[in-house]
Amino acid sequence: MSEQPLITLQNVGKTFGPVTVINDVTVSVYAGQVQVLLGENGAGKSTLIKMMAGVYQPDSGHIVIDGKTVILSTTRAAEEHGIATIHQELNLVPTMSIAENVMLGRLPTKYGLVDRRALRERARAALALIDLEIDVDTLVGELGIAQQQLIEIAKALSINARILILDEPTAALTVHETEKLFTVMADLRRSGVGMLFISHHLDEIAEIGDTVTVLRDGEFIAEVPASTPEDELVTLMVGRSIADKFPRITGEVGPATEVLRVESLSSHGKFSDITFTVMAGEVLGIAGLVGAGRTELIRAIAGVDHYSSGSVEVRGRALRGGDIAAAIAAGIGHVPEDRKELGLVLDASVNDNLGYATLASTARFGLVDFAGQRSRAAEMAKKLRIRMHSIDQPIGALSGGNQQKAVFGRWIIAASTVVLLDEPTRGVDVGAKVEIYELMNAVTAAGGAIVMVSSELPEILGMSDRILVMRDGRLAGELSSADATQDAVMTLAASDVDDTNERN
Amino acid sequence: MSTTPLQAKRRGFDYKKFLANNGALVGLVVLCLALFIATPDFLTEQNLLNIGIQVSTVAVLAFGMTFVIVAGGIDLSVGAVAALSAMSSGWLFATAGIPGGLALVGGLVVGLLAGAINGLATAYGKLPSFIATLAMLSVARGLTLVISDGRPIKTSAEVSFLGGDLGVVPMPIVILVLAALAASFLLNRTVIGRSMYAVGGNSEAARLSGLPVKRIRVTVFALAGLFAALAGLLLAGRLDSAQPQAASGYELDAIAAVVIGGASLAGGLGKISGTLIGALVLVVIRNGLNLLNVTSFWQQVVIGVVIALAVGVDVLRRKTRST
Repeated sequence: MSEQPLITLQNVGKTFGPVTVINDVTVSVYAGQVQVLLGENGAGKSTLIKMMAGVYQPDSGHIVIDGKTVILSTTRAAEEHGIATIHQELNLVPTMSIAENVMLGRLPTKYGLVDRRALRERARAALALIDLEIDVDTLVGELGIAQQQLIEIAKALSINARILILDEPTAALTVHETEKLFTVMADLRRSGVGMLFISHHLDEIAEIGDTVTVLRDGEFIAEVPASTPEDELVTLMVGRSIADKFPRITGEVGPATEVLRVESLSSHGKFSDITFTVMAGEVLGIAGLVGAGRTELIRAIAGVDHYSSGSVEVRGRALRGGDIAAAIAAGIGHVPEDRKELGLVLDASVNDNLGYATLASTARFGLVDFAGQRSRAAEMAKKLRIRMHSIDQPIGALSGGNQQKAVFGRWIIAASTVVLLDEPTRGVDVGAKVEIYELMNAVTAAGGAIVMVSSELPEILGMSDRILVMRDGRLAGELSSADATQDAVMTLAASDVDDTNERN
Repeated sequence: MSTTPLQAKRRGFDYKKFLANNGALVGLVVLCLALFIATPDFLTEQNLLNIGIQVSTVAVLAFGMTFVIVAGGIDLSVGAVAALSAMSSGWLFATAGIPGGLALVGGLVVGLLAGAINGLATAYGKLPSFIATLAMLSVARGLTLVISDGRPIKTSAEVSFLGGDLGVVPMPIVILVLAALAASFLLNRTVIGRSMYAVGGNSEAARLSGLPVKRIRVTVFALAGLFAALAGLLLAGRLDSAQPQAASGYELDAIAAVVIGGASLAGGLGKISGTLIGALVLVVIRNGLNLLNVTSFWQQVVIGVVIALAVGVDVLRRKTRST
């Protein structure tokens, strides 16, 4: 690489109070290349990005753009150098049109009024850069996440970005949508845009990346080609080799006892006629495409939503629909799909968050059992290896994997024996993933059962003892772990999806 | 500000953080010092008791408001409910001929019910709390006028006792202390109190954890109504009569006290001690400006600026926390 990089973070460091978040890291982005930043949550990736985007200033080292040392004191300054960031959380206004979003902050005016014609034209030009054909008057809120992501990219390009930072852009995308994004990225690469790409999906790295910079605990570990085998990348990233990415240990728990029975469960417009049972010691995986009704099914079983007909029984005891408290009392624990929106009170402490499900049941005369709660939470945090400064730290400050372990831990404290997991490892790094799988093993080894909805096929295949596949709100089939392959699952999940896609 | 946050950190003591976390208390101390220097009339027994009595009404209202705001709601009706409760108590005693003590309890029950209706409308009727309590503001104030026919009603001896003295200490101050202890105990120690923080912080997460979110919402507003009734009775006790226009606009003072005290209108944050400090800040400012012969017109301007500053500190605090 004799060519001069677009931007280099040269031996940068950053500390917050006593904590060193980044120590002596060097990373460069070259024109027409995709530089991958790889590391577990908490490795310092986001801090590094924020330095590049002008949010943080490095405490040591410096930033070089086009061979000249610069100081990016604000995000504005970074923008002026052509640096744009696509954050994991999209920064779009759902109630405004695509055109207004693309041109937000730079609305063209005429006589002091918004020049609608120029607005539309410029927005269309921006969309054309990535070959996106959508009516620019469409409200952004009506678009899917993938399309919103593309709008963000168009917006970034419309301010002449030549360095594009993509922070986990594929986390919320389906396989199909990810492919579309990669096509756009490949086009951008050809037109000389330099990209810094962050993803937890290791399989994406070889597909889209050129070079990989691996970080661990704020330190630079290695720079390797993107073609490096996944196992080696994992070893670099976590500092040890993860022998088994899916360490499922099938529970041997004596005679088969049924712990959960779902009978002809239906909910109008969401799913219909679902029947299955789960045995003690079993992990039942539920696969299917997004929108197949899996989350809705899980929510109905957990008592979160009402259902229209059918029944749910836990150990022979019928559960009333829409009664979360009864479900919990019967032993159901529910780790919802979106931990930030549905699982956690982000401003509250780790201690509080671990204890919500047991707040009332452990109280005496309506008074909170603070001492007991603290010791239970501390013990659980230790057992789950939740990385934190203190148990009183707001849980929002923890990494995704640690947050997810806490939501799971809440139900272990509550002694739940039927744990429903909805996308349990979304946005969770490799090391923490394995820890969550080990938790699942612990639940089944103790005679409990797990029902796991996941869109990650390797996870479904690797951790389930039995797999149900849902399609359009119905059970499309059941596979034993021996018979299950990616193809077998996808055939059941998507047999008529191709037609619908073509119609779109 | 000439020092960067970095330099502040190196010094070991993070004054910025301290200020952000205790802004209202620091402000109150500075305010008192300034008034002590500015006027000899400030630090007198009479004036301090005066402040205590004045703060009691605002603070008791604001304690109730703290529950609501912690749980992520707002209650615009507390002033009107205070007036309705006091007027109902006066009516029960003077017109219906019910014994004074019972009439006092009757007043509290009216406040509790009005609050519970707010809660039901919010939790089960799905009305935004702003709207539900705005409606209750109008209804309660209207009912107060209907009951009283727009005239003051003399209150019972029991209610007047609330405005009197217990030995050398004015009763309102005694009630204030008791109410603060009760509210603080409720919020910090009980399951329902801790649940309020969870509901205000993320009501869906609270619900999925099995907390009875709707019941908590109803309780929160019922408590606000109960505390409003107590404040209304304190006010009536001082005047020996229930006034139809009593406590008009006090809901804004209560909200201001809670916010100055560090609660977040987004929910999930707030403390009774903070609210008490917030109420003291408001009352001491008014008292001080009175002593300095500043007109009530200018007082309103000052109070407005103080509220804006206090919320500014709130924003700063959250910023320092998020990094």
